[in-house]
Amino acid sequence: MNDQWAKELQDRVQKIQAGGATKYHEKNAEQNKLFVRDRLELLLDPGTIRVEDGLFANCMEEGLPADGVVTVTGKMNGQTVCVMANDSTVKAGSWGSRTVEKIIRIQETAQKLKVPMLYLVDSAGARITDQLEMFPNRRGAGRIFYNQVKMSGMVPQVCILFGPSAAGGAYIPAFCDIVIMVDKNASMYLASPRMAEMVIGQKVTLEEMGGARMHCSVSGCGDVLAKNEEEAIEIARRYLSYFPANYKHKTSKIEAKSIQEGIRSIEEIVPDNQNVAFDMKEMIRAIIDDNSFFEMKELFAKEIITGFARIDGRAVGIIANQSKMKTGSLFVDSADKSARFITLCDAFNIPLIFLSDIPGFMIGTQVERSGIIRHGAKMIAAMSEATVPKISIIVRKAYGAGLYAMAGPAFEPDCCLALPTAKIAVMGPEAAVNAVYSNKIAQLEESERNEFIQQKREEYQEDINLYRLASELIIDGIIAPERLRDELKERLELYESKEMIFSERKHPVYPV
Amino acid sequence: MAGTVWKVLVSEGDVVESGQDVIILESMKMEIPLSAEMDGKVSKIMTNEGDFVAEGDVLLELEGI
Repeated sequence: MNDQWAKELQDRVQKIQAGGATKYHEKNAEQNKLFVRDRLELLLDPGTIRVEDGLFANCMEEGLPADGVVTVTGKMNGQTVCVMANDSTVKAGSWGSRTVEKIIRIQETAQKLKVPMLYLVDSAGARITDQLEMFPNRRGAGRIFYNQVKMSGMVPQVCILFGPSAAGGAYIPAFCDIVIMVDKNASMYLASPRMAEMVIGQKVTLEEMGGARMHCSVSGCGDVLAKNEEEAIEIARRYLSYFPANYKHKTSKIEAKSIQEGIRSIEEIVPDNQNVAFDMKEMIRAIIDDNSFFEMKELFAKEIITGFARIDGRAVGIIANQSKMKTGSLFVDSADKSARFITLCDAFNIPLIFLSDIPGFMIGTQVERSGIIRHGAKMIAAMSEATVPKISIIVRKAYGAGLYAMAGPAFEPDCCLALPTAKIAVMGPEAAVNAVYSNKIAQLEESERNEFIQQKREEYQEDINLYRLASELIIDGIIAPERLRDELKERLELYESKEMIFSERKHPVYPV
Repeated sequence: MAGTVWKVLVSEGDVVESGQDVIILESMKMEIPLSAEMDGKVSKIMTNEGDFVAEGDVLLELEGI
């Protein structure tokens, strides 16, 4: 080839790969933000193959290298993945028509290859000056979201939010399976504080409006809060290690590890007194492979714990009631959190383990007004529909609709097993005696009341005796706490071939 | 969360450490210990045992020392 041509190509490539103007690189560095290509270096396996399309997008224009987005196909944990990554040094990562076209094309590639799609978001939103070219048309920005919905459950979709994700752009994270947000820098909002002040007269800070911590702890739009960009990228790599490439496959089994050293036994962790809280996370550590827990929405609706783990090297999803937080009762947010997690695991063939210690769904005017019934229905629907291996362990209490939501016997778990500390009932003995005998109790003399209540409570306890439940085949077995991990290992192996179709229809009418 | 104040474990003027239980609520037939979020002196207790309280209610004020 003509030397001059080669030189021109090389110069152009170098210039495009360098991104936007120096001042924007400096601004990024001040905010502890990495350049988009450095992020990709950390995300993808070092020294492995990767291809990039659309490097020359909008190259006839000055100052819009790659049109502000890098789209690559490469390797992550040895698995092929597709990635789109905004370049915040190019017009603040805003979207023009070619930016949008590149994003749509990489999504199409992910669908054709049936591989995970990652969105590295750091964008001010649409270039309003270019709206006709990038906003309303068939292959305008709306198509990005349409594709995401289409890809949901087909391949894992991961969002790492490094900076803003504004207005319509905020729907990219909304349609991903997981949103990892970098503390202080990441934000998500439909309208900026400036816009909110202009339109509705509200004065707030960006952090209050749509900061990373707010979304990870209050709104539930964020799943994991990362300290910095490096950590966020590491979290994404770890997250995908629990997933297969697409819905047709299962996560590969890895080398098994024993449980964390020095952890107390389940017998020591779980108190007999049903009224006293304990830390369910400690109990989870007592059954899973050491250091294998990946928690989703750790800071949000903490009364339920949802996370991925490995047992004997097999990936599982765990849903567990945390009595330490709000008694472990299910609230509006915790029901939503569980429904979403169950759907995620079921979509990608990850077996589910439910650990119940639940007094029930929360009661009172506050939750009724927030629609606890319809939110609870979401969780029960998601859990019912899940066709992956479904193991229900009653650790302690499972009262009322709490038993149902935690994959009780009626919801076709592959097994429902109880620890000796388990109690399954419509409600606890105190509440039950009061509900059934309140008139009678009121009629009794003060002196006779206590004895009567005590006697009825004992009768009730007998009625819900665990061995009676086992004898009636309500539960499939009672197991010693020290056997639990082995029991889970064996059942997970034996249930591997499970295959079922839940129901014949187009799709359910979702309770939302 | 909504529930009843079961026990108030401190009095006004007491010095408490971060993490120390100061009030125990009762709700959904469970005990819910509430602990101090910082070291400090109890400057005001705004609730009595037996009161019904809702999420967001202030039950007790601490002042830094």
